[in-house]
Amino acid sequence: MNKLLILGAGTAGTMMANHLRPRLDAEWEISIVDQEETHYYQPGFLFLPFDIYKPKQLQKRIDKFVPAGVNLIRQGIDRIVPDKNEVVLTNGKELQYDILIIATGTKIAPQEVSGMLGPLWQKDIFDFYTFAGAKALRDKIRSWPGGKMVVHICEMPIKCPVAPLEFAFLADSFFVEKGMRDRVDLTFVTPLSGAFTKPTATEKLGHLLAEKNIRIVSDFAIERIDNENHKLVDYGGQEVDFDLLVTVPTNMGDEAIARSGIGDDLNFVPTNNATLQTTIKDNIFAIGDATNVPASKAGSVAHFESEILTENILRYVRGEPLKEEFDGHANCFVETGHGKALLIDFNYSHEPVEGTFPFPGVGPLTLLKESRMNHIGKLAFRWVYWNMLLKGRHIPFVTAQMDERGKHFRESEV
Amino acid sequence: MDKEIAGMIVAVNDEGYLTNLEQWTKEIGEAIAGEENIAMTEQHWKVIEFLQHAHRNSEALSIRSLGKHGPVSIKEFYVLFPGGPLKKASRIAGIPKPASCV
Ligand SMILES: Cc1cc2nc3c(=O)[nH]c(=O)nc-3n(C[C@H](O)[C@H](O)[C@H](O)COP(=O)(O)OP(=O)(O)OC[C@H]3O[C@@H](n4cnc5c(N)ncnc54)[C@H](O)[C@@H]3O)c2cc1C
Repeated sequence: MNKLLILGAGTAGTMMANHLRPRLDAEWEISIVDQEETHYYQPGFLFLPFDIYKPKQLQKRIDKFVPAGVNLIRQGIDRIVPDKNEVVLTNGKELQYDILIIATGTKIAPQEVSGMLGPLWQKDIFDFYTFAGAKALRDKIRSWPGGKMVVHICEMPIKCPVAPLEFAFLADSFFVEKGMRDRVDLTFVTPLSGAFTKPTATEKLGHLLAEKNIRIVSDFAIERIDNENHKLVDYGGQEVDFDLLVTVPTNMGDEAIARSGIGDDLNFVPTNNATLQTTIKDNIFAIGDATNVPASKAGSVAHFESEILTENILRYVRGEPLKEEFDGHANCFVETGHGKALLIDFNYSHEPVEGTFPFPGVGPLTLLKESRMNHIGKLAFRWVYWNMLLKGRHIPFVTAQMDERGKHFRESEV
Repeated sequence: MDKEIAGMIVAVNDEGYLTNLEQWTKEIGEAIAGEENIAMTEQHWKVIEFLQHAHRNSEALSIRSLGKHGPVSIKEFYVLFPGGPLKKASRIAGIPKPASCV
C-alpha cells in the first residue's frame, strides 16, 4: 500500500483530494488532515461586514467536500519530519507517507505589530480576514456614526492582495447608500508605493480611489499602533489617525511549518515556481497560500496550481520528469462598489491587461474596466467555488496557463 | 539605457536602478547616494553590503528580512535612508528595486 498525505482541507487541499482520488489506483491510500469542522468561503469575508452575505452562506461542513475513498483525519498537525517521511499530529499520533502535499494556507498574525492586540482590538480595530473578525466588524459598522475610517495593509505578501482595496471601495458605496458618506473620511494606508503591486493596475486603481474620494497613504511601513491616541505610526515617523481601523495584519504560514523547521521568515514553504515540488525533499509538494511562490495567494491561483500539481504527482508516481508548467496565472475580480467590478488576469511575467475574458474579443467580462457584468461574475464565483472549484471540476474556457489572445499586453519589468 | 555615473557608463533602467551589479563600484554608490541627499557612513555601507550579498544569493528582500537578518534594526535603517529606505538603499547598492510581492 502506498500513502499520499495531504495537510490542510481548505481550498487547495480539498481540490487535490478530488483531483487525485479518481486518478490514483486503489494501491494508493489518500488521507487529508485538518483541525477545523467548517470550510469557510473566504472571499465572502469581504462582503460580510456590509451585510451583503449572511454568515450562513459562507460556511459548510469540511467533510462534505472530501470525496469517498479519502480518509479525513480531524486533528491538528504538530510537525513534519521529512527525514522519516512522517507527520506528527497534535495528539502525538504519527502518520507515514510516500508523498506529502502541504496545503496549510496562511493566516493573520496580528501579534506581529506592537499594539495591534491592545485595548482597541475588536473595539475600534478590526480585521476582515477571519470569519470572526468580519462578523464583529459587521456589527460595528451597522451602528457606526461615522468619522475617520482607515483601511490598512501591514506588510506584503497577503492573500487576495486586492481585497483591502475592494473593502475601501465597498465602504464608499455602503456609506453613500446609507446617506452618510459626508460623515466618513476614508483613507487607504499601504506599505506599497501605490494602490497595487503591478504598475498598470496600480494606475487604474489609483484613479478609482481618487474618483471615490479615498485618500491614499503609501510607503507606510507600520511600526506600532498607538492605542491611547488612535494612531498608526510608521518606522519613518509618519502618523495616521483613525476612529475605526480595518487592518489586514501580517499574513503568515502555519506554526506547524515553523515547528518543522522548513519555512522562510514568514513560515512559507520554499517551493519550485514552475513544478510546485518543494525544495525540502523530492516527495514533498506544496500548493496554495502555504507556498513561497511569487504568485498571488488566491483561490483562483490554487485552482490553476491544482491542475498542474495533479499532473506532476502522477508523473512523480510514474517516475517521469515533472512538468515545469505553472506560470503564476491569477485571475481576480475586483469589486469596485456601486454594483460594479473589474477583472484582472496576470502571471509571473505579464502585467494585468485590458481586453476581454474568457473569449478573446468577445467577453462577456471586461479586463481592467469596471462593469456590472464583472460584479455578477464575482457574485457567481461563490456558486462556482462550492460546486465546481472545490470538487476539482474544470471551469469551462478558463485554462491553467494564461491565454494571451484578446488581451493588450505589457511585459512585467521583473 | 546607459547613464554616466561617477565618470563611468553603466546600464540602468528607467527608474535609475543599475541593471548589472557587476558594473557597480563604491564611487557609483556614493554618487547615487548624493542624488538622494544621503552622506554615506560606515553603517550605510554595512547595509549596502548586506543587500548585495542577499541579492547575489537570490534571497527575496523585504523590510522584515532586513530587520531580522541585516546589520541594523528597522528603525536605524529608516534613519540611515529616510523615506522609502529599501528602494533607496537598493538603488545605491546597484541591485534591482525589490519587487514587493504580488
Ligand atoms: C477576505 C478575503 C477575500 C478573498 N477573496 C478572494 C477572491 O475574490 N478570489 C480568490 O480567488 N481568492 C480570494 N481569497 C483567497 C482564498 O480564500 C485563498 O487563497 C484560498 O482559500 C487558499 O487556499 P489554501 O487551501 O491554500 O488555504 P486555506 O483554504 O486557508 O486552507 C488551509 C487549511 O489548512 C488547515 N490547517 C492549517 N494549519 C493546520 C494545522 N496545524 N493543523 C491542522 N489543520 C491546519 C486550516 O484549518 C485550513 O482548513 C480571499 C481571501 C480572503 C481572506
